[in-house]
Amino acid sequence: MTWSAAARGAHQPDNTAFTQQRLPAWQPLLSAGIALPLFFCAGLAFIGLGLGLYYSSNGITELEYDYTGNPGTGNCSVCAEAGQGRAPPPTCSCAWYFSLPELFQGPVYLYYELTNFYQNNRRYGVSRDDEQLSGLPSALRQPANECAPYQFSAAGLPIAPCGAIANSLFNDSFSLWHQRQPDGPYVEVPLDRTGIAWWTDYHVKFRNPPLVNGSLALAFQGTAPPPNWPRPVYELSSDPNNTGFTNQDFVVWMRTAALPTFRKLYARIRQGNYTAGLPRGAYRVSITYNYPVRSFDGHKRLIFSSISWMGGKNPFLGIAYLVVGSLCILTGFVMLVVYIRYQDQNDEDEDEQ
Amino acid sequence: MWCWIRRQLGFDPPHQTETRTIYIANRFPQSGLYTPQKFIDNRIISSKSPECNSQPHILEPLVLPLPQENMFQYTVWNFVPKTLFEQFRRVANFYFLIIFLVQLMIDTPTSPITSGLPLFFVITVTAIKQGYEDWLRHNSDNEVNGAPVYVVRSGGLVKTRSKNVRVGDIVRVAKDEIFPADLVLLSSDRLDGSCHVTTASLDGETNLKTHVAVPETAVLQTVASLDTLEAVIECHQPEADLYRFTGQMMITQQLEEILRPLGPESLLLRGARLKNTKEIFGVAVYTGMETKMALNYKSKSQKRSAVEKSMNTFLIIYLIILIAEAIISTILKYSWQAEEKWDEPWYNQKTEHQRNSSKILRFISDFLAFLVLYNFIIPISLYVTVEMQKFLGSFFIGWDLDLYHEESDQKAQVNTSDLNEELGQVEYVFTDKTGTLTENEMQFRECSINGIKYQESNGRLVSEGPTPDSSEGPFYRNSLSHLNNLSHLTTSSSFGTSLENEIELIKKHDLFFKAVSLCHTVQISNVQTDGIGDGPWQSSLAPSQLEYYASSPDEKALVEAAARIGIVFIGNSEDTMEVKTLGKLERYKLLHVLEFDSDRRRMSVIVQAPSGEKFLFAKGAESSVLPKCIGGEIETTRIHVDEFALKGLRTLCIAYRQLTSKEYEDIDRRLFEARTALQQREEKLADVFQFIEKDLVLLGATAVEDRLQDKVPETIEALRMAGIKVWVLTGDKHETAVSVSLSCGHFHRTMNILELTNQKSDSECAEQLRQLARRIEEDHVIQHGLVVDGTSLSLALREHEKLFMDVCRNCSAVLCCRMAPLQKAKVIRLIKISPEKPITLAVGDGANDVSMIQEAHVGIGIMGKEGRQAARNSDYAIARFKFLSKLLFVHGHFYYIRIATLVQYFFYKNVCFITPQFLYQFYCLFSQQTLYDSVYLTLYNICFTSLPILVYSLLEQHIDPHILQNKPTLYRDISKNRQLSIKTFLYWTILGFSHAFIFFFGSCFLMGKDISLLGNGQMFGNWTFGTLVFTVMVITVTVKMALETHFWTWINHFVTWGSIIFYFVFSFFYGGILWPFLGSQNMYFVFIQLLSSGSAWFAIILMVVTCLFLDIVKKVFDRQLHPTNTEKAQLIKTNSSVKCLDSMCCFSEGEATCASVGRMLERVIGRCSPTHVSRLWSASDPFYTNDRSILTLSTMESSTC
Repeated sequence: MTWSAAARGAHQPDNTAFTQQRLPAWQPLLSAGIALPLFFCAGLAFIGLGLGLYYSSNGITELEYDYTGNPGTGNCSVCAEAGQGRAPPPTCSCAWYFSLPELFQGPVYLYYELTNFYQNNRRYGVSRDDEQLSGLPSALRQPANECAPYQFSAAGLPIAPCGAIANSLFNDSFSLWHQRQPDGPYVEVPLDRTGIAWWTDYHVKFRNPPLVNGSLALAFQGTAPPPNWPRPVYELSSDPNNTGFTNQDFVVWMRTAALPTFRKLYARIRQGNYTAGLPRGAYRVSITYNYPVRSFDGHKRLIFSSISWMGGKNPFLGIAYLVVGSLCILTGFVMLVVYIRYQDQNDEDEDEQ
Repeated sequence: MWCWIRRQLGFDPPHQTETRTIYIANRFPQSGLYTPQKFIDNRIISSKSPECNSQPHILEPLVLPLPQENMFQYTVWNFVPKTLFEQFRRVANFYFLIIFLVQLMIDTPTSPITSGLPLFFVITVTAIKQGYEDWLRHNSDNEVNGAPVYVVRSGGLVKTRSKNVRVGDIVRVAKDEIFPADLVLLSSDRLDGSCHVTTASLDGETNLKTHVAVPETAVLQTVASLDTLEAVIECHQPEADLYRFTGQMMITQQLEEILRPLGPESLLLRGARLKNTKEIFGVAVYTGMETKMALNYKSKSQKRSAVEKSMNTFLIIYLIILIAEAIISTILKYSWQAEEKWDEPWYNQKTEHQRNSSKILRFISDFLAFLVLYNFIIPISLYVTVEMQKFLGSFFIGWDLDLYHEESDQKAQVNTSDLNEELGQVEYVFTDKTGTLTENEMQFRECSINGIKYQESNGRLVSEGPTPDSSEGPFYRNSLSHLNNLSHLTTSSSFGTSLENEIELIKKHDLFFKAVSLCHTVQISNVQTDGIGDGPWQSSLAPSQLEYYASSPDEKALVEAAARIGIVFIGNSEDTMEVKTLGKLERYKLLHVLEFDSDRRRMSVIVQAPSGEKFLFAKGAESSVLPKCIGGEIETTRIHVDEFALKGLRTLCIAYRQLTSKEYEDIDRRLFEARTALQQREEKLADVFQFIEKDLVLLGATAVEDRLQDKVPETIEALRMAGIKVWVLTGDKHETAVSVSLSCGHFHRTMNILELTNQKSDSECAEQLRQLARRIEEDHVIQHGLVVDGTSLSLALREHEKLFMDVCRNCSAVLCCRMAPLQKAKVIRLIKISPEKPITLAVGDGANDVSMIQEAHVGIGIMGKEGRQAARNSDYAIARFKFLSKLLFVHGHFYYIRIATLVQYFFYKNVCFITPQFLYQFYCLFSQQTLYDSVYLTLYNICFTSLPILVYSLLEQHIDPHILQNKPTLYRDISKNRQLSIKTFLYWTILGFSHAFIFFFGSCFLMGKDISLLGNGQMFGNWTFGTLVFTVMVITVTVKMALETHFWTWINHFVTWGSIIFYFVFSFFYGGILWPFLGSQNMYFVFIQLLSSGSAWFAIILMVVTCLFLDIVKKVFDRQLHPTNTEKAQLIKTNSSVKCLDSMCCFSEGEATCASVGRMLERVIGRCSPTHVSRLWSASDPFYTNDRSILTLSTMESSTC
């Protein structure tokens, strides 16, 4: 600039871009001229994506069965009646028969679904002790207060795992049997019960307490199982890698669901002859019916589902994309009409002036 | 209230008595009955405690806000508790403190950290800011308090620190030193005990003021002799008025008590500087915070801006929403819980304690828990962000080169940053005339002597117009030589027709200019007044070498004019004034000065001529002098005065009275009595003045021109185009005011000028008002201007406020003349409280404008020649009136848009934030489960979304500043607080709610029946759900800010995209590690798991786009269908490719360099044709476009390319 240092007054402000609010700046304007192509492009892109997502979701097959056992809905109703109002309920078995006319494209995942079960209730959600679950021995002896009333057993022993979530662990179990030929024998379909929990949960977040003399049972000595549990936590599974706090069913259950209707992954079917999916034929799911849900109007469902890259069958995303995309295009057209109309008018206005 | 408590607690002891008794050198009487009064020490503490600022009292324009009780300052050790205390006095902070305490006490869904940490953050930021300001103050205080001072103690001169000076101490001050306390002058190195001081730092007056000591003490010029002084001073308790001091000194000399009055002339004020005097001794009477300087400390304005008021309204609305949500949730919770299967299903049993707790207690605690859960809807960081925005943003005003005045080397000054946005809301501008619209650089132009009008040209008086005696024309052309003769009172005249007549005339002339050069308070600079004599160098001193300093530029102009004519005022010493009439020195004994005051509107001196005759010379406004006159050409002079006024000149009338020695003795005695009165001295003095200034003989009148400031008409025109009503309030007389109004474009020729003047009675005034109202109604096409004078105004205001306001509102220009300072403030108050509650701005430069500056919503001080009073008491001070246009149209507009968006956005983002949490309660049995993790709750406002809005609110320029300045009509787009109207607020709130619905239900549908969204079939949990909502929210809210931003500097890019990136990085980091100090590990790997799902990505994109889709559609349609002028202006700018040029040729305020370059470029490119220029204007309101007279005055046209 032409300001020489000598000519400047003592109080003259600096002549910099910042102080003079002259910083170089990009000044976009959201005018129709810019918005129109934007809307059309976005609309087209969304419709394209929506179609893709929709078909991708449509390619997923789902098979669902409600085994709650409401009267007249299959043989589980007997169990449901029997287990009414008792906790822990008596052990009961029932089965679900279905047949597949064609191959159920794999990999197939087996979920169970509960409804009206509020895992997101705050009192329920906080009723756990993450330190205990991470295998901290001190927390094993002194569970967090949040666990109450499942903090100490009636005998005064600390409960491990403590809290309402652990106590209400889903304990129905399922086995899948395949009848290859009509009237043939049912062959058990191997269910892979691993890899159903988050890798980090299973490997990092949930830890068993340090073994005492190489025995997990001894590590849990002096603790009581949750009141609803028929057996202690170290006997959840016979597999030493899948028992105690790191039992995958348990880990899955401990990740509380967001909404009162939720699914949890039970098993993956990917072994033996079933890597490609479930071949056609008749199937039977044997259900050990333990879990009472009718007291809170809940339902229990079993779901076989195949999985794509985007997860389970979820038409919402595709439809939403289609709707938003169409809206964009529609608005674009309306805008175009308005634009052309009013452009003329504006020009006229300016001419008049 | 607060002040009261503190007073009760004894923080600031009230003064028990009305007067204080000071024993000089603290020699208390020997009798034991005496209980010494307690005085505060001489420590200056400039920290503020804003609550104690009483509203400036309207009745005392010069009395500044009450003292800050500064016992409440911060020291290092009490900083923390006191800051906390200060902080929690703010309602918002207190609210969050309560929430925090509730969280600590009851079982709430979120940890106390979630509200504690933001609160801590907010308080820390504010405390750092305050601490920093305090530290600066503390440093400067230390410097002042630690300054060395010499005090007479135990017979010697002791060096001590300024803060150790106590009341009663005798202090020695040397030349050019600053007085450390308010001192009563005891003696100086001069025999008469006088000294000169300058009070430039106090009131800005640069002239030297003479202060005198009591004769009895004036002789005590040594430390030793002072040590023998036994005297008691009795004076009033401290008050803020700089020019008022009453007291008396009782001196005990040889067992004889002598009582001497003390007035302002013996009080040396702290902060003033000793000049032209080697040293003085004085006794401290007011110390520390009780000095007049400290009492006049600039206090932070307590004005609240309209934005802040709407902000509080919005807060209350949100508080209602919050409480409503909490109540709804609580009620619904209990209606759900009525059934046991929901209240206590088998999987979720309660503890005994929970079952047995009292129902009412549970209800209350549930309500509080919901309150805590939703409390984030009240934007915690709003206040701190607003404060930071205002504090940092206000720097731009001071930095602005366009507001820098090169000649005077003054930049704009921000005294309070609280009102920045109010600059964009002004509806009424009240401006002073002299010094504000005009330069206040007086130039003597004409005079009327004994009924004959003269013009000054080149140091000569030329009579003008038809004079009663045509032969006088040539005579006065050589008035200089005649005055020479005249002064010798020779009768030799080669021109005379009637000798006696002429002698009479010459005498009158002589007297007239003598009066002009004697009746004033002008000082001469750098002339050692001591021992001024008839030395040869002095007689050779040319008038041009003398430099006069005066508090009033009129006086200076008059004395200078008299000097040019040939009667030179050389100086005054002690009690003589020396006037040189063409080389011949005459000494006049100055007997009394009857000081100027704004009630009398005149001043007088009583002098004794060398011949021994005693004269009273009076000078003052024609309205105050003429009625007192009994002789002279009163009628002709009155006509002349009116003529002068019509030309826009400032007039003063000069009169004299010859006093007989008997009269003088009477006067002298009365004056002495009045001046020594301890009680009601002002009233008594006024009475005496009234008594003295009568039976005057009119000598004539002077007319002084006050040049208009640069670009005043353009600025006023621009203000009017911006929809601002301009009122000129002036003390000048009617004709002067009207002519200046016309010349500055306040009135223009096409205007129909209505008058409401010279109303004597109430009914008359009402009738006139009604008539005016009718005239306005009859002819509403043409613009009206209204002239009111002070007396009519007070009549109109007394009984007919409503009628008067109706008339005023329909006038596009109002001129109030003959206004007293109080009336100015009163008019503003009247407008302020009128039904529309318009925002007012007052601009003025003098002490008489202080009351209106403080009364108006925004007070602007012009840093002019009449001292700093106005600038110090204003909210903003600028050097020139023309800067007002940039200050309002550019800075005001920007600040308003910035802060309005800031406020709206804050509420919006908090609605977005908390509504999903509210909705989630419908899905979790109202169990108060939080949707987001505590850390996210905590950091949302202080980390993830804080910076983009702050940067936006500092840098946003939705239109180019040049366009804003050149299209004042754009100012109307933001008038009446439009951006913060309930409608806009509702839009933002509804937008916030709809966005929240989209985040929440979008995520909800996505999760649907909790279907797996992962490629490996695994499931998400509730925390993933919340994180998904939160992620969408952070992105949407940030991008929404980006949509609002029109001005993308690199800083905006940095913080906008940086915020989103920071959120992702932080979440990775936070979720990637098991944090040992966190009890629950809810968030472990949640975020990463979420992002590993393709569906989640698609959902995030979809939801963000959907949210913004609504907003974009609205924006585009608004712009297309009914664009505001602002939006049109944005378009103009983007359409013209040569933007810089555009601004250069149209931006008249720009620097000369820029303009020349611009002009050159224009010539080259051939742009900036007049048509282009007028097109810019054509977009303005049609009401104005048909008024061509505006265009002829406009800036645009004048800056022809």
